Amino acid sequence: MSDTGAAVAFEWTKIRTLRSTVWSLALFSAASVVVALLFGYVMRGTYADLDAAAQARFDPVASGFSGMKLGMIALVVFGVLTVSSEYSTGSIRSSLAAVPRRGVFYAAKLLTGTATALVVSAVVVTLSFFAAQTMLGSPASVSLSDDGVLRALIGGVLYMTLICAFSMGLASVLRSSALTMGILVPLFFMISTILNSIPGVQKVAQFLPDLAGSLILRSKEPHGDGVLTAWTGMAVLAAWAVLAVAAGYFAMRRRDA
Amino acid sequence: MIEVQKLTKRYGETLAVDGLSFQVRPGRVTGFLGPNGAGKSTTMRAMIGLDRPSSGQVLIDGKRYEQIAQPLRKVGALLEAKALHGGRTAYGHLLGLARSNRIPPSRVGEVLETVGLSATAKKRAGGFSLGMAQRLGVAAALLGDPEVLLFDEPVNGLDPEGILWIRELMKKLAGEGRTVFVSSHLMSEMALTAEHLIVIGQGRLLADTTVEDFIARNSRSYIHIRTPEPERMRDVLAGDGIRTEKGPEGVLEALGTTLETVGKLASKHQVTVYEISPRTASLEEAFMQLTADAVDFRADLEVR
Ligand SMILES: Nc1ncnc2c1ncn2[C@@H]1O[C@H](COP(=O)(O)OP(=O)(O)OP(=O)(O)O)[C@@H](O)[C@H]1O
Ligand SMILES: [Mg+2]
Repeated sequence: MSDTGAAVAFEWTKIRTLRSTVWSLALFSAASVVVALLFGYVMRGTYADLDAAAQARFDPVASGFSGMKLGMIALVVFGVLTVSSEYSTGSIRSSLAAVPRRGVFYAAKLLTGTATALVVSAVVVTLSFFAAQTMLGSPASVSLSDDGVLRALIGGVLYMTLICAFSMGLASVLRSSALTMGILVPLFFMISTILNSIPGVQKVAQFLPDLAGSLILRSKEPHGDGVLTAWTGMAVLAAWAVLAVAAGYFAMRRRDA
Repeated sequence: MIEVQKLTKRYGETLAVDGLSFQVRPGRVTGFLGPNGAGKSTTMRAMIGLDRPSSGQVLIDGKRYEQIAQPLRKVGALLEAKALHGGRTAYGHLLGLARSNRIPPSRVGEVLETVGLSATAKKRAGGFSLGMAQRLGVAAALLGDPEVLLFDEPVNGLDPEGILWIRELMKKLAGEGRTVFVSSHLMSEMALTAEHLIVIGQGRLLADTTVEDFIARNSRSYIHIRTPEPERMRDVLAGDGIRTEKGPEGVLEALGTTLETVGKLASKHQVTVYEISPRTASLEEAFMQLTADAVDFRADLEVR
């Protein structure tokens, strides 16, 4: 009865028939890879001038992901738009007429959105890594078989996917692109950075979804007074995502369309 | 068949629908009539589960809408023309809906043809006029070839040709044995398309009757008399057993009589009259009479 497969096909058709969603994914990919290339290129020249301690601290994997942290904003836009544009345009009413079981509808939407984010992120993470390492060249660059590299790549895909799921959940609660982006953009691009640079506050700030999850985006252990590790940080981000998705589900179930 | 059972819907303080019960049968167009704010749209939204009833329920062939597998193949609804993303093409919008209920994508072209939008299928719906959006809404409703069709104010924004087209379409659909339920706040529109009427006001049922019966019962014929001596005229008519009512601006309305009788009596008793003419209260007036107590937003000026 609950035809989740058809509901997923519906969500996928909605994603690919809208320019805004397709473009936001394209922008996520392009921004991530281009910045990774640029960063690698710039670091190649700078690396030789660093002293030994700085060279030891330099993390080529994390540097390769610096583009993705910027491109992430487009992925967040993608996640938010797939949810909130239904409310802002009124298309939610045709959508729910087609898939009236709210649980099925919501599951299909989340599943399709995060699966899309997962696939695109896998490509973007891989491309970003190789782009950055190619530009860096030896001796600065690392290879896939080096310590912690594969973990960082897998972590990067999970990180992006969970950030997207978190954004979709929040958008389902708030139902407004402006409101959701108004919370997420400052959170991911200002508040986290600011709080994380204040020594005392850092202990708490590391539990913010993006900071906790981003601990895995490196091949060397971070410095600072964090208690979270790569995987416990990922677990914290996952918990945030589960919380947001669950809240979105309850909003979906209870409220009128 | 649609069964509305003790449906109540509250929005905070507002009681939009108040213990409403009625049935909609297949094979005919059933009009759903009520003044602005009567609760028509709310009732129709509850029919397809968009709004959760505060109490009561709506059953479609014995099932709540959420319980119907592939509901678009059973129920087609046009509730709001703009219930779509303007960035999507007409084709893309319908294709998604088709996929959601495993309707063959070839059906999309067919319904676009039916509503006359084939030429604009690849245009983004955001640029559509209200009439075109309405046609696209009809296409979406027809997509699953459903037995039950719900239309909320379908003639909104349509030009005369479009109005004629939708009237014929509704009659055709009902003629094929489908259940067609269509709302309007215009009685005259319903008189042309519907066979059966459900009339509501302030969320409550006011009438559940055939259109024919409604007209016979509610349309009132009278003789309109304009005279400087209304009291005398009334006495003269009363002397002949003719009942009168006061109309606006001192006009008399004589009921159950003919133009000739009134003319002869006036001449016989030498009452000055400026005007005598037969009048029939329109269906619109009958409808307003019925819903008079249940109108939420009445304009201050006398509508007559
Ligand atoms: N989402 C909502 N939130 C709050 N009040 C609402 C909502 N929808 C409808 N109402 C109120 O419920 C009542 C019934 O509204 P409804 O739209 O069902 O009337 P209607 O018969 O369709 O009127 P119209 O002929 O103007 O379309 C109105 O008083 C309206 O203000
Ligand atoms: Mg309405």
